[in-house]
Amino acid sequence: MLLLAGFGVGYFIYIGQYEPENAFAKFPFKYGLDIQGGTELVYQADTSTVSASEIGQTMDALRDVIERRVNLFGVSEPVVQTEVANSLSGAPLQRLIVELPGVTDTQKAVELIGQTPLLEFKTERPDGSEKTAIQDAYTRAQDILKNPDLTDELRNAVLASDPLLSQDPAYVLTDLNGSKLQKASLIFDSRTNEPKVLLTFTDEGRKMFADITRANVDKTVAIYLDGAPISTPVVREAILDGNAEISGSFNILEARELVGRLNSGALPVPISLLSTQTIGATLGESALHSGVKAGLVGIIIVAFFLFIWYRIPGLVATVALSIYIAIMLAIFKLIPVTLTAAGIAGFILSIGMAVDANILIFERMKEELKKGKDLSDAMHDGFARAWLSIRDSNISSMLSAIILFWFGTSLVKGFALTLGIGVVVSMFSAITVTRTFLFALGTHGHGKVVKFLFGNGIR
Amino acid sequence: MFIIKHKNFFFSVAILLVLSSLFSIAFFRPWNMGIEFTGGSLLEVSYPDGRPVAETLRTNLAILNWTGTQVQETGDTGYIIRTKDLTEQERQSLMSVVSDNSATKIDVSRFNSIGPTIGSELRSKAGWAILFVIVAIVLYIAFAFRGVSFPISSWVYGLVAIVALVHDVLVPAGIYVALGHWNIDVQIDVLFVTAILTILGFSVHDTIVVFDRTRENLKLRTWKEFDVTVGHSIEQTFARSINTSLTVLLVILALFFVGGETTKNFALTLAIGIVAGTYSSIFVASPLLVAVEEWQRKRESKHSKKK
Repeated sequence: MLLLAGFGVGYFIYIGQYEPENAFAKFPFKYGLDIQGGTELVYQADTSTVSASEIGQTMDALRDVIERRVNLFGVSEPVVQTEVANSLSGAPLQRLIVELPGVTDTQKAVELIGQTPLLEFKTERPDGSEKTAIQDAYTRAQDILKNPDLTDELRNAVLASDPLLSQDPAYVLTDLNGSKLQKASLIFDSRTNEPKVLLTFTDEGRKMFADITRANVDKTVAIYLDGAPISTPVVREAILDGNAEISGSFNILEARELVGRLNSGALPVPISLLSTQTIGATLGESALHSGVKAGLVGIIIVAFFLFIWYRIPGLVATVALSIYIAIMLAIFKLIPVTLTAAGIAGFILSIGMAVDANILIFERMKEELKKGKDLSDAMHDGFARAWLSIRDSNISSMLSAIILFWFGTSLVKGFALTLGIGVVVSMFSAITVTRTFLFALGTHGHGKVVKFLFGNGIR
Repeated sequence: MFIIKHKNFFFSVAILLVLSSLFSIAFFRPWNMGIEFTGGSLLEVSYPDGRPVAETLRTNLAILNWTGTQVQETGDTGYIIRTKDLTEQERQSLMSVVSDNSATKIDVSRFNSIGPTIGSELRSKAGWAILFVIVAIVLYIAFAFRGVSFPISSWVYGLVAIVALVHDVLVPAGIYVALGHWNIDVQIDVLFVTAILTILGFSVHDTIVVFDRTRENLKLRTWKEFDVTVGHSIEQTFARSINTSLTVLLVILALFFVGGETTKNFALTLAIGIVAGTYSSIFVASPLLVAVEEWQRKRESKHSKKK
């Protein structure tokens, strides 16, 4: 039965790999970027303007926006995920990780993501000391910058010298931004035939926009795109239906492009690029080939060693090992586990460790045989006694695999996952499979030939 | 019993190994750290129409005026270029220098750029991971051996396992740091940390099997003396220890010789760690149990004499 199941699993993998039309091919192996080639970008999201309770939502919105953007580009199976990096000092850092399989043109990838517009709504800054302070800072800076002898570096230094200069004297930021946008569409003014952009807000955005307009009747509300004002309409009355129009100085083409960019998503918070990784497809392919080759060579050597040293039980262990490998590959396909170079290394290592349980059992059997027990008793006792050792040693391996997974970066995670699954599956394959086969072969012999076949080593 | 009798000799070998590793770790500073930990960029390119002379490339790169740029040949047609971490604009200027303003055809095999924040973050993460693995293992061993607190407390098993573990980690780390001193490719990177963590798991795995036999024999009370019990336990598990390590080692050697470039150093670290781990679990950990037991007995007899 087990043998059949093993063959079944093996067949399933074979079919899925070489006969693409077959139904089983629905479960392909999933390869990491380091194998199939591609680009990984890690961004830092600046969430300093978002209240702590809304960070999660904002990051989800950010992820959705980038995902839409990436999908527009037509990359197959992109992965966009958020990550919270705990710095030991200070607030947790919000990260966004974008994986683009098959994209090896880093510049294109960065542009693809970087181009997303940041849409903000701002209201007039009330008159008061704050406003005058900012205006004063502006006048001071302007006076200094009038000097034609200044180098560009000095100009930048002047601009960076006063934090007030980074603020807009006329407008203050509101909570309403691109994340509350449901869609944008191109419309035409019924009188002038001018192109306009219609913004439709989500339910939440509609309430916020209603509040903002209600509080600012007869004042302007500025709409900023990527930090620059694109429209500053005067509010005539509170707008309750959640629609805002941007009209003004653009032609049809510009308006259409703006609609496209807004629909593909405005970023709720600004992001900056932290790290880039690009792996060419050829390098990845050779990594896969050599990984598979190493695995095969490893298995053959181990099988050879087992057979020479342990004879019949060794043969059984080899069969158990093959079933173990078949199960593992099936699990990789079904879950699916993303296979990276490190993950494959973890799997190859687990092949070595999977044999350990068998070796423990066989050595124990040998001892029991030496004590003069007959084969069947020796097998029973061998299994029973070896179990404790197998359990304890595997639990410690599991512990380190779990901790590795918990703490690791994606590279380490791949390794920890394959190793961890490997430890669990190998306990099953070594104990259940080997046991079943050995007992099925179950001879009750005492003869020299049987002792030789089931014995081991040089004796 | 051979091993228990000559335990001091085996201890000295282990101590010598650990000391030279510590020396290597302390002496070969600064360590050859990968860009994952320090921040920086790595570009691997190949020139399908033949690569330019390394000196030319270096001179051209010097125009960019970045500190610490390194150029190294790889394969027959490629170079690996290491620089500080680059912004997108800087990356583009690097690409135009490397491709001679797109005049020469190049294939980018890989490009990594890692900011310093991620680097320091990874460093602390790696440190914590190692610490957590160690703590979890001590707790587990102390728990698993709670039934055998005689003649030495179950905590001693956990602590001795840690001593063996420190040995198993320091030896490959020392050798690796020394290799990294002469060979720029042998870098302390995330895979190295992974290898070390795997060795942690394997080392304990190996040590536990021997301890387990000791535990069983103590329960069965086959032998009266503690040192005799431990000695026989080592002998009984000797074949298993060697064989298991051998199978794992065979697979790792396959990974080293046949496997990809990325996992070569990884396989090397693991191989050294596993040899060290096998040595320590046979020749250090269990004999150390005997040493602790002897020391305890001596102290107790002194106490009783005083009374």
